[in-house]
Amino acid sequence: MVPLWWYIQLSVVLFVIGAAGVLLRRNILVVLMSLELLLNSVNINFIAFGRYYADFRGQIFAIFVIATTAAEVAVALGILVALVRNKSTLKVDDVTVMKG
Amino acid sequence: MDQGFFLLFAAMAVITALIVVLAHNPVHSALALMACFLQISAIFVLLEAPFLAVVQIFVYVGAIMVLFLFVIMMIDVREAVLQRFLPGGNLPALVLLVLLGAEMLVLVVSSDRFSATEPVAMADGDQIRELSTTLFTDYLLPFEVASVILLAALVGAIVLARKESG
Repeated sequence: MVPLWWYIQLSVVLFVIGAAGVLLRRNILVVLMSLELLLNSVNINFIAFGRYYADFRGQIFAIFVIATTAAEVAVALGILVALVRNKSTLKVDDVTVMKG
Repeated sequence: MDQGFFLLFAAMAVITALIVVLAHNPVHSALALMACFLQISAIFVLLEAPFLAVVQIFVYVGAIMVLFLFVIMMIDVREAVLQRFLPGGNLPALVLLVLLGAEMLVLVVSSDRFSATEPVAMADGDQIRELSTTLFTDYLLPFEVASVILLAALVGAIVLARKESG
């Protein structure tokens, strides 16, 4: 069998790659996709721990994470469409109105 | 056997994740992310969570990525192709990321809490049935809350993306 820490390492690597996408990319679409990657790496953790300790709660929490992600993506893409319509930009550093 | 499959899927997942972050064109990012989700669902199968693997394909590959591709189709992404990364000031973020990754890797390798090689034996029986029984008895309230959240997100997305009608 595969040792537990292999799964944890995989999710660490995916998490760091996703965080790099969120922090460094300029395109809002790619930032949102990297956010999906982050949530997926967390899901791997939940399911791996649930499997290795014979506990269903890992899978149940993963289901809730997936449901919340679907809601988040719907709202985020709605905001994105409104943003493109009003300001016609896709760059993160063009949308700094709230910062002043 | 298992280890070979895990290494294959993990390597593909990491490569496609890197493509997501590094690609010039957002369409390529979206397609690479789709491939990455497929690899992750294969890893869920290795973890003997077949229901989650199917949900992963339905929700992520089927719904979320199609939504992304629709939005990419609706808006013009050509001008965003020119400059991939945020200009200037990237060094703190990079250092932070390297530190974070190194810290987590070292902690996981050096700790003996993650060294379990053999999973605790599951009780025999239909696992999906048990999963759904737990979900609809012990976790009924969070389940209902999740459905309300989905409804609110549906209404919110429609309101946000609607054209202003004066």
